[in-house]
Amino acid sequence: MCGIVGLFLKDETLHSCLGSMLTQMLSTMGDRGPDSSGIAIYNSNTEGICKVTIMSDKPEVDFDIIKNELRHVFDDEITAIKRHNHAVVNIPKKKFNIVIKEINRICPAVRIMSSGSRIEIYKEVGLPGHVTSLFKIREMKGTHGIGHTRMATESEVTTFGAHPFSTGMDQCLVHNGSLSNHNLLRRKLAREGISVKTENDTEVAAVYLSWKMGQGYTLEEALKQSLVDLDGFFTFLVGTKNGFGVLRDPIACKPAVMAETQQYVAFGSEYRALATLPNINSAKVWEPEPATVYFWEL
Amino acid sequence: MEILDLSKDSLSAVNQKLQAATNLDRQWLIENPGGSHAIAVGLEIPIQVTVNGSTGYYCAGMNKQATIKINGSVGPGVAENMMSGKVIIEGDASQYAGATGNGGLLLVKGNASSRCGISMKGIDIVVCGSVGHMAGFMAQSGNLVILGNAGDSLGDSLYEARIFVRGSVKSLGVDCIEKEMREEHREYLENLFKIEEIDCDSKEFRRYGSARQLYNFNVDHAAID
Repeated sequence: MCGIVGLFLKDETLHSCLGSMLTQMLSTMGDRGPDSSGIAIYNSNTEGICKVTIMSDKPEVDFDIIKNELRHVFDDEITAIKRHNHAVVNIPKKKFNIVIKEINRICPAVRIMSSGSRIEIYKEVGLPGHVTSLFKIREMKGTHGIGHTRMATESEVTTFGAHPFSTGMDQCLVHNGSLSNHNLLRRKLAREGISVKTENDTEVAAVYLSWKMGQGYTLEEALKQSLVDLDGFFTFLVGTKNGFGVLRDPIACKPAVMAETQQYVAFGSEYRALATLPNINSAKVWEPEPATVYFWEL
Repeated sequence: MEILDLSKDSLSAVNQKLQAATNLDRQWLIENPGGSHAIAVGLEIPIQVTVNGSTGYYCAGMNKQATIKINGSVGPGVAENMMSGKVIIEGDASQYAGATGNGGLLLVKGNASSRCGISMKGIDIVVCGSVGHMAGFMAQSGNLVILGNAGDSLGDSLYEARIFVRGSVKSLGVDCIEKEMREEHREYLENLFKIEEIDCDSKEFRRYGSARQLYNFNVDHAAID
């Protein structure tokens, strides 16, 4: 089943409420998927800085080792904020590659959840109410974000099997549905020299979209091409640096409801997720058409 | 008027009260539905229920005799398997509205999305706006009346339901064809529009039905349409 939500804030005065609004929306969708939950949040951009969200099973040990070793090499150029078993590391863009290499060398078990100038990803096993409280999502500010609550079908229930999947700078994907040709596509991507880290079907779709955009496709073109190359059921919500996109497969079995006011554009698997948004009663509410790409940007 | 508030009472409590109602003259009003699922389901007596707001999955499912009005939009599967009675939706309806319905009337004043009237078995469905793809998929009997346009694959794998469309049809499904609009069809529509106070001319409609090539059809077993 799975539940997905997305919120794009047009009204700056709501930016301080993004985390609490997304928490409310995703928690309402908890009964569509109790296995794991995750949120990608896009907040302010710091000039010249790249943010990397990392995750460890032993955060108390690993994060301290990384912090000490990086300080030894880079002095105070690198800062980090720890949230539960995730940490957002702020790296000068020019030193991004070398720092990532260092983190991998210092602690190979530490996983990178996302990188980019604005994206942060937090995901963990459990219901959204619990997971969002672990990371204090409610306190977070930003312009837009997407979330997912998972009922696992295609791979094991772990932190890494949780959505969103980020496979490109500031890009991420959440998915309701299941892809039937993901193993074929995984082998095709492998022949192109592109690896998929988990057994999850959604990650294959995320890697596919990043691959297409790496070839010069716009997000819209990549999504349109996915209608040809992906087989299965899907409602996709794709987060990018400046907004989010929506695509449903041509059969459109998986539910999707959208609402738009002058203040926001919101997406939910069900209307329940939108029911507490401000002025929802006067919002334009509609279902996205099948096989049609929708996009909202800053 | 008895008011039930879903922001205070549980869904089970609300449905149990409606299902146990004995005073047929009493009107019921459900406030704050908040998109909840399965509101006002399984009602078997001719009571009047109004839901003030939008609902989630399966609102008014398995209805028998009750009149249920939703002042909002509805999620997937509204009035699923309705036996009799009437369900009126002021807004839009999501997927498979009126699925498998045996009888009664489902009136959608807005649009209905995909698979409206899938496998319907005798229900009458009127959509004042447009319907999405695969409306009337495997519909067996009853009438699907669409005042707006129909999406792709209208009436795919149709059995003996009748489909009337005023606007355009994007494409017809397998074994669905346009058929002659006879006087009896116009009479049916005119009567329906009169009862439901819908301002519409029956002459503007086209009729679609089964070509009867896909299933093993024996005319001796069919009602004359």
